[in-house]
Amino acid sequence: MDKALVIDVGKCTGCRQCELACSYEHTGTFNPARSRITVFDFHEKARFVPYTCTQCDQAWCQQVCPVGAISNENGVKVVDAATCVGCKVCTIACPFGTVNYEPASGKVIKCDLCGGDPACARACPTEAIVFADVAVQGFEKMRAWAEKTDTAPQASA
Amino acid sequence: MHHLIIGAGPAGVRAAEALRAYDPQAKITLIDGEGEAPYSRMAIPYFLSGKIGEQGTWLHRPLEFYAENGIDLVRGRAAKVDAGTKTVTLEDGQSLSYDKLLLASGARAVNPPVEGLEGDLVHHCWTIDDARAIEKLAGKGARVTLMGAGFIGSIILEALVMRGADLTVVEIEDRMVPRMLDETAGNMLKAWCEKKGVKVLTSTRIGGVYEGGGELNIALSNGETLKADLLVVAAGVTPNIECMDGTGVEKRTGVVVNARMETSLPDVWAAGDCAEGCDFSTGDLSTLAIQPVAVEQAVIAAKNMAGIEAEYHCALPMNVLETLGLVTTSFGKHDGLEEGARATLLDADEWRYIRLEFNDGKLIGAQTVGHVSMAGCLRGLIQGRMPLGPWEDVLKTQPHRVAEAYVDLSRGVS
Ligand SMILES: Cc1cc2nc3c(=O)[nH]c(=O)nc-3n(C[C@H](O)[C@H](O)[C@H](O)COP(=O)(O)OP(=O)(O)OC[C@H]3O[C@@H](n4cnc5c(N)ncnc54)[C@H](O)[C@@H]3O)c2cc1C
Ligand code: SF4
Ligand code: SF4
Repeated sequence: MDKALVIDVGKCTGCRQCELACSYEHTGTFNPARSRITVFDFHEKARFVPYTCTQCDQAWCQQVCPVGAISNENGVKVVDAATCVGCKVCTIACPFGTVNYEPASGKVIKCDLCGGDPACARACPTEAIVFADVAVQGFEKMRAWAEKTDTAPQASA
Repeated sequence: MHHLIIGAGPAGVRAAEALRAYDPQAKITLIDGEGEAPYSRMAIPYFLSGKIGEQGTWLHRPLEFYAENGIDLVRGRAAKVDAGTKTVTLEDGQSLSYDKLLLASGARAVNPPVEGLEGDLVHHCWTIDDARAIEKLAGKGARVTLMGAGFIGSIILEALVMRGADLTVVEIEDRMVPRMLDETAGNMLKAWCEKKGVKVLTSTRIGGVYEGGGELNIALSNGETLKADLLVVAAGVTPNIECMDGTGVEKRTGVVVNARMETSLPDVWAAGDCAEGCDFSTGDLSTLAIQPVAVEQAVIAAKNMAGIEAEYHCALPMNVLETLGLVTTSFGKHDGLEEGARATLLDADEWRYIRLEFNDGKLIGAQTVGHVSMAGCLRGLIQGRMPLGPWEDVLKTQPHRVAEAYVDLSRGVS
């Protein structure tokens, strides 16, 4: 994976354009409930956090899938909706909570980087979400934050 | 280098893939003991409900995947392992030598000590062969009794209802899924099933099963007799480790493994339902028999077999179950510790429940009914042993805010 979603929490104003764009891109409707990216609102801290899959290396979701519905395309983990049986085991295996069951379709949904041109990054007016080289400063930091909860062997207590 | 893997279920297949990635030059042989294409048991309910065909249960389609990745599929069952000469003898007499061996032979369904479980109208629901038999017997309107409303039983339940069977569930404990759900959640699930037209008898034991005139008479501990066209038994499993007899390998219920998935024998690893390794929630050894643990252990074993050191962080009990539209989950020490603290939130009218268990400023267990969003965060919080800080008090009164807590703690970067 050469490029990734780099999220700068400090720039997010909570406008939720990303959620709408994601939902529209994947479902043809403006329905934040069906978005693969979620903006968390920590109002006590006056901070918004857009949150989605970091396409982690461990790929817990992919390895657990009983029917091979999740592929790894150049590091991007993509759910094939036609193959998914909706068993949801990936939704509990991913320790980040970023692959989710969608009752409306009976399948799971997760970020697929829109095939290489993520709608959320295009929609974000403040560049809080940019699709950039993974080498760009920020991505590793972001992944490291996410992986504070990493359950991988190296982090064993 | 020859890596030999006994068993082509999820653990064996994921190990073979990982070995191919980490040890590109090695020879890899995968022994498929069921004479089928390597498949996932987990997909069986979807086969039974008609959502997928048999091929839909395969771990890889098409089957050429194995040859293309240099994985030799050998059909047969391992009868005996000789760790001294490093050979595995198959039931047909064929002998295979190895440099490194992975036991990934899984588990099999067992019967409780009840009379009459041998006939043609009684089946487990563990293999694809079992599923084929059930498919024939559990047609529309067929009277089906399910013995056991544990996790596996409750998964099959939905498939049987979707086939149009007239279903009665008999569970010895006082609620459904007793090892994963507390009384509140387990009885919510029971009430839900009853609302959907399924008869659920809890605290009820099947005393004996008698076949006569092409049907079954199933005697219950409450004095009643059920008539059925099929009895499905989902009352427990046991590891397939007989081929290790005589090797002197350390075993309890399963073959004992350390954090590197090594057994007590040199050059022999074990992973999945046949292995007994450390349990995150108790610190003791256990066999959990769940898919995430099977595949994660398999990848750890494969790395070590390929010479890359890796340790497993211990197996976390975790399950997600959908029963006729109601989703339940359970993680870790879902019933908590005496010295710990608890938060519960029940909305019986909306069929929603959440219970969190805390100890030492951390989340140690959880169970939910009717919540689907961001379930994985519960794993992240528990297995990451994340100190909750100020979120502990928040979650104690508002347990439904776990995902927020997780995102703030991992990414909020205050
Ligand atoms: C109906 C059903 C639903 C399930 N649903 C879930 C679920 O929702 N979530 C979840 O986490 N888990 C679920 N499980 C459990 C899950 O399927 C198992 O944990 C998983 O299959 C374990 O994988 P494994 O590779 O260790 O063992 P297995 O899948 O049992 O594979 C082992 C393979 O080895 C073969 N074998 C055994 N002995 C030998 C021998 N001597 N020689 C050669 N081959 C041998 C077996 O025949 C088998 O093919 C379900 C199981 C069933 C039956
Ligand atoms: S959904 Fe979760 S497990 Fe899958 S790639 Fe994304 S972060 Fe990793
Ligand atoms: S829900 Fe779908 S993608 Fe996820 S593990 Fe099950 S079949 Fe695979």
